[in-house]
Amino acid sequence: MSEHDEHEVQDEHDTLHITVGGYVTGFVLSVILTAIPFWLVMGKVFPSTTITTFVVLALAMVQIYVHMVFFLHMSSKAEGGWAWMSLIFTLVLLVITLSGSLWIMYHLKANTMPLTPEQVRKLP
Amino acid sequence: MAETTVATREVPRFYETGPHHPEQPTLLGFWLYLMSDCLLFACLFACYGVLGRNYAGGPSGAELFELPLVALNTSLLLLSSITYGFAVIAMQRKLPGATLAWLALTGLLGAGFVGIELYEFGHLIHEGYGPQRSAFLSSFFALVGTHGLHVSVGTIWLATLLVQIRKHGLIAANRRRLMCLSMFWHFLDVVWIGVFTFVYLMGVLP
Repeated sequence: MSEHDEHEVQDEHDTLHITVGGYVTGFVLSVILTAIPFWLVMGKVFPSTTITTFVVLALAMVQIYVHMVFFLHMSSKAEGGWAWMSLIFTLVLLVITLSGSLWIMYHLKANTMPLTPEQVRKLP
Repeated sequence: MAETTVATREVPRFYETGPHHPEQPTLLGFWLYLMSDCLLFACLFACYGVLGRNYAGGPSGAELFELPLVALNTSLLLLSSITYGFAVIAMQRKLPGATLAWLALTGLLGAGFVGIELYEFGHLIHEGYGPQRSAFLSSFFALVGTHGLHVSVGTIWLATLLVQIRKHGLIAANRRRLMCLSMFWHFLDVVWIGVFTFVYLMGVLP
């Protein structure tokens, strides 16, 4: 690698907008977004489990977004757009894997024939 | 006949030679590896989602998980994220000493995280609640154990990088390695958000 190339690589890094302020903002946001769900669950703030689950999941998604932007420096421009493309592709596969598995397996369980009392007694 | 005429003219090119490629192909390649790792974790999460409530008459998450310990672990990992960020900034300002110091601190926090997790696992296994106890515990150990293994490997990588930077300074190769490990480290943090939310917090809910 020539001297000239090395300077270009360095410049490329500097255009990533890595700043102390960015990291501190991300850190403060993620501390808040971690503290709230722990407090909600440990302090039993909402009597309803469903509400707590949805709030905790929503906060986790916001926090993942914060980490992606402030710590992983994701943007549609990074690596000439290829990092963004691969991320979107992975997210599609991820949603299919998770929702598909949960959907199918819960329906399989719901459709399983319940055992009759006699069958339960004969279980090994 | 056609071949000879082509040979005498300019050699045809079937690929682009323009300078539009990313400057650092390693970083993009490493990002693609992280995406495949992401799919691995997605499968383990799906597995836990399906099996996580099958206790086989054994203990549930609400009885086993100690949330204060998980909170401590989470804060260690969050702190290690920002200390790694400061290491990257020190690297950009060409300060090898500060880079090494922030990296060493990150390594200590990572080691602390792995230590607490090993303590938790040892405690569970000692009580007789190892991965063989129920489907819930099998999927729990598979998911959380894989994440812990990643953090352990990341800590070993970090120690290796410390030696390399001490020996050769902040050369281009070491800067590239540091950026790759940065992505790996922050990616593990993102996975941990899923773990503490999906496994621990939702696990203790009735």
